Amino acid sequence: MAMAEAARAPADLKAQALRLFARKRLLSFGAPAAILAYFVYVFFAFDIPGLAERARMDNAAILVSDAYSYKTHITHDNRNGGLTMAVEGENKGTYPKGMIPDFVTMTGEDAARIALPDGYAAEIEGSTLRFDVPDYGRIVVRVEGRDIELDLPTETTPDWISASSSRVDITTPGGRAIVTRARTEVYRYRFGWELFWFTLDSPFYGKSVGELASLAVSDQQVRPGVGNLAAMAHDFWNNAMWRHKDVLWAIFETILMAFLGTMGAALVALPLAFVAAANFSRFASARFLMRRFFDFVRGVDGLIWTIILSRAFGPGPMTGALAILITDTGSFGKMFSEALENVDDKQIEGVQSTGAKPLQRYRFGVIPQLTPILLSQVLYYLESNTRSATVIGAITGGGIGLLLTQAIITQKDWEEVSYYIVLIVLMVMFMDWLSGVLRRRLITGGGEK
Amino acid sequence: MADQTMSGADALGGVDRIRENYLAMARTRRLYGGLMLVVFIALMASGFIVADERNAGGFWDGVLNIFDFPAEVLSEAREKIANLPGLMVKFLPSLVETLNIAAASTLLGAVAAVILSLLSTRGLARYPALIGVFRRIMDVMRAIPEIVIALVLIFVLGGGPVPAMIAIAFHTAGALGKLFSEVNENASLKPLEGLESVGATWPQRMWLGVIPQVAPNYLSYALLRFEINIRASAILGFVGSGGIGYDLRNAFSWGQGRYDEVAAIFLLLFLTIVFFDQTSSHYRNKLVGRV
Repeated sequence: MAMAEAARAPADLKAQALRLFARKRLLSFGAPAAILAYFVYVFFAFDIPGLAERARMDNAAILVSDAYSYKTHITHDNRNGGLTMAVEGENKGTYPKGMIPDFVTMTGEDAARIALPDGYAAEIEGSTLRFDVPDYGRIVVRVEGRDIELDLPTETTPDWISASSSRVDITTPGGRAIVTRARTEVYRYRFGWELFWFTLDSPFYGKSVGELASLAVSDQQVRPGVGNLAAMAHDFWNNAMWRHKDVLWAIFETILMAFLGTMGAALVALPLAFVAAANFSRFASARFLMRRFFDFVRGVDGLIWTIILSRAFGPGPMTGALAILITDTGSFGKMFSEALENVDDKQIEGVQSTGAKPLQRYRFGVIPQLTPILLSQVLYYLESNTRSATVIGAITGGGIGLLLTQAIITQKDWEEVSYYIVLIVLMVMFMDWLSGVLRRRLITGGGEK
Repeated sequence: MADQTMSGADALGGVDRIRENYLAMARTRRLYGGLMLVVFIALMASGFIVADERNAGGFWDGVLNIFDFPAEVLSEAREKIANLPGLMVKFLPSLVETLNIAAASTLLGAVAAVILSLLSTRGLARYPALIGVFRRIMDVMRAIPEIVIALVLIFVLGGGPVPAMIAIAFHTAGALGKLFSEVNENASLKPLEGLESVGATWPQRMWLGVIPQVAPNYLSYALLRFEINIRASAILGFVGSGGIGYDLRNAFSWGQGRYDEVAAIFLLLFLTIVFFDQTSSHYRNKLVGRV
């Protein structure tokens, strides 16, 4: 008997090992093959071949160039006359009377010469545009009654000019010019975010850092009755182009949503978790109901809660905070009750042996064991909810998420979009850092590590 | 600490002093605790007031109306209850698209995360000098909310599932990368030394020496991420990418008369999320060896 068993064992073992090898081999080739097959399916399900057609690379180019540069519009109104110069062509960025950009020289009432980079140059005289392109020559565009005439130095029209009888569009690396019946317009691109600090109507516009610093300490008040530093702060804060005030408020709203939602959820979930924990709740039915409640609240996604709540509360930070609160009550309840089930009974017994009443038992026997776990989870969620609050803000309309979606929908203020993106990233990283610092401070109880 | 262990000459006075010190410390501790509680309550209360002021509808009005909308949806859904199964079948393809976005982005993100995490773990990194750089890259990837990338890509690529997939994958790579590198730190280096001694290259060492050790933890985190990404891809659908979120927005902005569709989508989404929650938590527990 024993010998037969011993003889069988190695053979069995060998077979077993072979089976294991076979399974391993299958897994190590099968899993990548399955993933690859899935990607092939996704490739066609998402219509990636058709993506190349739908992709608007010109949009991408606009986006990238707008994100780090700005353009100044020099516009002649061909119907009513008059020359205006405006950053990004916006009302808020229009140069006031008597102030012109440094690359423009006025040559008459309705005429101006515009210096463009790389040897390009443009001249507007009334409705007539003269555009000089190095190594090509001078393009002249005239508006004659209802037609637009184009004079080129060559016979054929190059592909960077699109011309019809109602519109001429010249796009060059040095700048862009558009002539229609309504207006003759030249765009000059420049690197940077113009008017970021001060708008054109501010006396501090165009001053260097050194000049501003000396102004800040000087006694001569630029705006009578207001200190220079206060005036600078006021002009920056109320910058109509970049709206620093609104942006900062939006960031604050977003953080507020995350803070109220996360902390509120923790406060609501803590007592409920006691009901759901097996070692604290005597009624199995109450436990079951509470757990299903947590599952339900988590299962009804944040998206659905946001939609439901935005109907009741309207757009704003309160809606976002409540949506986070409700969703996270489920997650916290589940995690807290699991943590409660893992507490050490010995400490509770110790507290009980000194004659503590139930509430005191919880306070001194349970809470101290729980605090590190709870705090670390709550702080982790605080950081991740800052991101969620951005998304929720985009749906309900509040905070930086709203500003971002608005800026993207207008499809032209890409420098503002990149400004918001930078701010969002900084905000999330700040919250990440803050929650890390708090976690170390509060949980290890001191500076070490 | 050191100055308290003095000679036993005045042991009695020492005990008194220690007790006094202890009580003083307990008092300051309690004071700090109380102060922090007061600050916290003040923050919560003022935050609540500010949020309430800046909201379009007030909190107290809203609380009373909170069930109005669900009641409307439910009553309309009850009227047209016969439509529900049909509608759920109708929205199934969108649901599959949402799931596909989540799955593809989790896979792509996880692959990127594995590489990033290996490059940013001390002891494993290919270029030890660049560990900090790769960590910062992951921090930034984690910090950018999906919606930002999705909205920008929708502008360039047009609507559809691809912007959402890229956006979620990008964020996933950062989030998983951090978790993976924490796992990597606990991996034993002995198999690596063995492999190195027989002349294995860096990719071989990682693939044969590290991955088998950490694969269960990787998988467990990736499953958790998949759950999160299902929710994220539903939300991104709502702001313009494809999937069930997009259908939900259409039905929702149509308003009354299409609430049966809203109900059907709510139900589908709810069931899907609960199903994947339960399945993934079951397998996660199995993977990391808990009951």
